[in-house]
Amino acid sequence: MSSATLIRIALGAYLLIFFSYLLGPLVVMSLTAFNSSAFPSVSPWACFTFEWFGVLFEDKHIRDGLFYSVLIGIGTVLLSVSMGLAASIVLTQVWPRFRSTYYTMIIAPILIPGVVLGISTLVFWDRVGRFFGAEDGSFFYELFHNGIFLTILGQSSFIASYAMLVFVARLQRFDPGLTEAALDLGATHTQAFRKILLPFMRPAIASASVLAFLASFENYNTTTFTIIDYKTLTTVLAQKVRLGINPSISSLAFIIITLTVFAALIFEAVQRNKSRKDAMRQGRLKPGRGVLPGFLRGNPAAIILVLLSFFVIAMVGTAQSYSPEQCKIRVKEARQIEIQKRIEALQKARAEERAKAAEEAEDAVPAAPSPSNSGAFGNVFAPGNLSGEEESEAVPEPAPQGGSGAFGNVFAPNNLSEDTPDEPEAPQGGTGAFGNVFAPDNLSGSE
Amino acid sequence: MSSGVAVDLENITIRFGDFTAVKDANVNINGGDFFSFLGPSGCGKTTILRAVSGFLEPSEGRVLIGGNDMAGIGPNKRPTALIFQNLALFPLMTVWENISFSMEVAGASAKERRRRADELLDMIALPGQGDKLPSELSGGQKQRVAIARALCANPDVLLLDEPLSALDLKLRQHMRTELREIQQRVGITFIYITHDQGEALTMSDNVAVMKSGVIDQIASGHEIYDHPATPFVASFVGENNVFRGRIKSIEGGEAIISTNRSGDLVARITPAEIGKLSVGDEAMMFVRPEAFEVAPEQGGTGKNLVSAKAVNEEFEGNSFSVFLEGDGGKLIKMSVPNLGQDRISTRGHDLTLRYEPSNAVVMRAGELASE
Repeated sequence: MSSATLIRIALGAYLLIFFSYLLGPLVVMSLTAFNSSAFPSVSPWACFTFEWFGVLFEDKHIRDGLFYSVLIGIGTVLLSVSMGLAASIVLTQVWPRFRSTYYTMIIAPILIPGVVLGISTLVFWDRVGRFFGAEDGSFFYELFHNGIFLTILGQSSFIASYAMLVFVARLQRFDPGLTEAALDLGATHTQAFRKILLPFMRPAIASASVLAFLASFENYNTTTFTIIDYKTLTTVLAQKVRLGINPSISSLAFIIITLTVFAALIFEAVQRNKSRKDAMRQGRLKPGRGVLPGFLRGNPAAIILVLLSFFVIAMVGTAQSYSPEQCKIRVKEARQIEIQKRIEALQKARAEERAKAAEEAEDAVPAAPSPSNSGAFGNVFAPGNLSGEEESEAVPEPAPQGGSGAFGNVFAPNNLSEDTPDEPEAPQGGTGAFGNVFAPDNLSGSE
Repeated sequence: MSSGVAVDLENITIRFGDFTAVKDANVNINGGDFFSFLGPSGCGKTTILRAVSGFLEPSEGRVLIGGNDMAGIGPNKRPTALIFQNLALFPLMTVWENISFSMEVAGASAKERRRRADELLDMIALPGQGDKLPSELSGGQKQRVAIARALCANPDVLLLDEPLSALDLKLRQHMRTELREIQQRVGITFIYITHDQGEALTMSDNVAVMKSGVIDQIASGHEIYDHPATPFVASFVGENNVFRGRIKSIEGGEAIISTNRSGDLVARITPAEIGKLSVGDEAMMFVRPEAFEVAPEQGGTGKNLVSAKAVNEEFEGNSFSVFLEGDGGKLIKMSVPNLGQDRISTRGHDLTLRYEPSNAVVMRAGELASE
């Protein structure tokens, strides 16, 4: 094997690992959205289901959170893009000696932890309200204690810096001669800005807007302080994780991933179509003939986009009619049968033990009626205990079967998967905080 | 068309901090003239242009356009249009939008703008190219679009900042003629900035030669070439052989200079210095390469003869350039028109060169253009 092949294999392996590291979690999460298991999981795979999407759409908290996240996102985009643009233009205009100082000042919010920004925003606007004597219940008091207002301000304080970085990169390629040319041709400064600089900045404004929106949408650590009595998607999700989650969150993630993929594909397809048209206009490309319509030709992104659209439509269509009830019943039955088997096995084992114990009791001191021994200290002081017979130690052994760990069986995989508490397993499995360790039967050794 | 508006610069001084970019410039430009500022890069000519167009205010002095003081009037309010060195066409607008930008900001309707843009496109010989983007045009076409855009603003004065410097030689020569033609057609005042003396001489009615912020001479191209006022002008405009020495005697308009290495030579005193030179002054004499010829009688000694040894010869198509070494290693260049000769000289041969005293100028010694 030549070294080139080796390198190629190593590179392939690296790429595989890298992409599974990048995309693996997303794939797993997307899969959990379609598993009927009540806890987000892939294995054991129960049933293919769309029910979590329904659960998601019916969850008022998530819906509200999503609405406020979008609202705050739009507000943050407007505020931070305009602040970032202004900051970047000032940066190119200020006296060179102050430029680096100014830059450091403007960039500082990125380096400050979001938590600090959140708290300080909250405190600052409260103080501002106090300072201007805004009374409880007045408009300004309400405004300065409004979660949406504060969150937009808090997030914009550092997202504006991100936006500015995007703008500065673009502005560095701007020829100030263009503004001068516009002025020379009679434009006012406003006209020069609007007709020359702004169109030039448009791509940067678009990318800064997307960046700002995403940064706002996913922000948690600033938002959690400034949001007060409102909620955004991130705060709702954080709450849910604390209180126990279900796969409806995965279905939300799946929707977001799908939308992102669609947006990326649309962007790519439009770009390719545009460059193709340009090429055709300049005569570099002949309008060839083929079965595909022009938009799809030489445009893999557009083709994938169309295929994916069909797939999504088909999926939504299936979701309308598909019902996993049959499967669910089957899964439930299978589980019940399994549990039944376990119970039977357990009962059988206990019966055997009982028989053994009875035999031994007959052999040993007949005066000690072991079943009656249910005192606070169990049998520990019973004379038979010290008789050195191994067998008597074996008596409590059935207890671990019932889950006698410090926390019982709370972490057992099946524990959360069933929402029906009337499972026959429950009384057996002992789901109390300490399992069944203090149950009177435990130490009695017999039933 | 208007007959053009005069531009006057009165005692203009422009300073950037401690640096004086332009020092006490006085220029009167007649209405409808093609006026050039010629000088090496960094001599302050662009600074003057920016002061005229209003991008900067002179530290001292006044700019008058059509007799009106322009102090405090911004570039968008002045009756000037500037063609930038890099043209500064708006890259995101089509050609016709570029051309009619001045009308757009003035609030003209799209239809009206399109009509005017098409007119101008016809004038610059680019009909039907209005919907292209500037990036789709060639260098010369961009050049013409920039001119059309400036003309669309109906300026009284058109300012051009080395607009041809980015073009290749052939196109540059073509654009020279075209610019001159356009100027004569529209009849407005052109102020042209260049470091290329060929451009300045071919196109201009008058040329101002600048050296590090100071205007050395303002005159017609012909006069600047034939009667340079300073050694800088003599050496910067065209090629010249310089002979240093002292004035030995003065006789009317002519002087005899005893040169350091080539003996006594006679030359005409440049008009600017007639009556100012006196015997014993340190002086410089300039003889253009084309003013030399090989003397019919070799070996003579006269006040208009220089003996030198041929070193090298270059064929330049329309002429031969002969490089010679005079007494004491003095380098001399002679240019002989190509009239079908095979060669002019043989390497290592001694030659006697002759010139007409009226084709040589003498003036007080001074700074030369460093080339």
